[in-house]
Amino acid sequence: MKVGYGKLMMWVFLLSDTFTFSALLVSYGLVRFSFPTFDGLRKNFEFSNSWWPIPEAVFEAVPFLHGVQAPLVFVGIMTFILIMSSVTMVLAVEAGHRRDKADVEKYMLWTILGGVAFLSSQAWEWAHFIHGTEDGLTLANGAKVFGANLVQNQYGPPAFADFFFFITGFHGTHVLSGVVLNVLIFYNTANGVYEKRGHYEMVEKVGLYWHFVDLVWVFVFTFFYLV
Amino acid sequence: MAHHSEQQEEKIPAQTKEIWKTFWILLIITAFEFVIAFLVDADHYKWTKIGIFVILTIVKAYYIVGIFMHLKHEVKSLIWTVVLPCIFVVWLVVALIVEGGYIGFERFIFSK
Repeated sequence: MKVGYGKLMMWVFLLSDTFTFSALLVSYGLVRFSFPTFDGLRKNFEFSNSWWPIPEAVFEAVPFLHGVQAPLVFVGIMTFILIMSSVTMVLAVEAGHRRDKADVEKYMLWTILGGVAFLSSQAWEWAHFIHGTEDGLTLANGAKVFGANLVQNQYGPPAFADFFFFITGFHGTHVLSGVVLNVLIFYNTANGVYEKRGHYEMVEKVGLYWHFVDLVWVFVFTFFYLV
Repeated sequence: MAHHSEQQEEKIPAQTKEIWKTFWILLIITAFEFVIAFLVDADHYKWTKIGIFVILTIVKAYYIVGIFMHLKHEVKSLIWTVVLPCIFVVWLVVALIVEGGYIGFERFIFSK
């Protein structure tokens, strides 16, 4: 196939990972379409357990700006961080082709920084989602629900929160393992392992994984936050 | 290293033009998605919006996989090994979303 063994296996692994993420997103689609949508106009939208929420009504908070409604702004920043770290990763791969050790180190550090920034943003997003808004949701029996967990959800049907935790959590786990791999690659590069080996193909393989994580986020962003 | 010849010490210029071009394409598409999300009236054009988002997502995926993951420049057999199975996923998406609609009908409309 004129592709290195390790690289080919990385592609096969990513293909199997594609199926896993597809399964999660497809089941999200199935459950979403099995729930009613809100009938009225968007400006009258309110949270209820009876219909699926509009994502931009759920994800509208930004750190340090308490009480300001900025739908999708924070998730937009997260998307930008991940695209940016994908760019620095591909720059590291390109530097590896030139066997420029200093450049590989520099861009790997930027990529690690991007990954950590993304994970921190996601931690904040999860914390906000779990704690909920100040008003919460009043159920038919008068009980109040604040935030979301696996059984209760102030934003909509509990299944919405379940999918949020599973899909973004599974993606976040991928980002975390990606950061660990990137740190390993940086460590090996700094120690001159690839310089001695004569090629930087490991950077390329881990790069494939990192881009895949970015790719998954593109789909999660569209199907969970935009649509 | 000392045994490196003069020629090897010289730096090869970086080939980053295509990378930054792809970055700008991805950034502009994402910005455009935000413009659509905020400016287009979701009450009347819901499915138009969803259609635009899905198409733009596929365009972004093409650039990430094709340029960043370098698949565009790999051998044909590898390209098809990756792309062909994904086409079946598209079928799965459509099939199960339709199925979800029926489940919702049974659960919330038919049962009333």
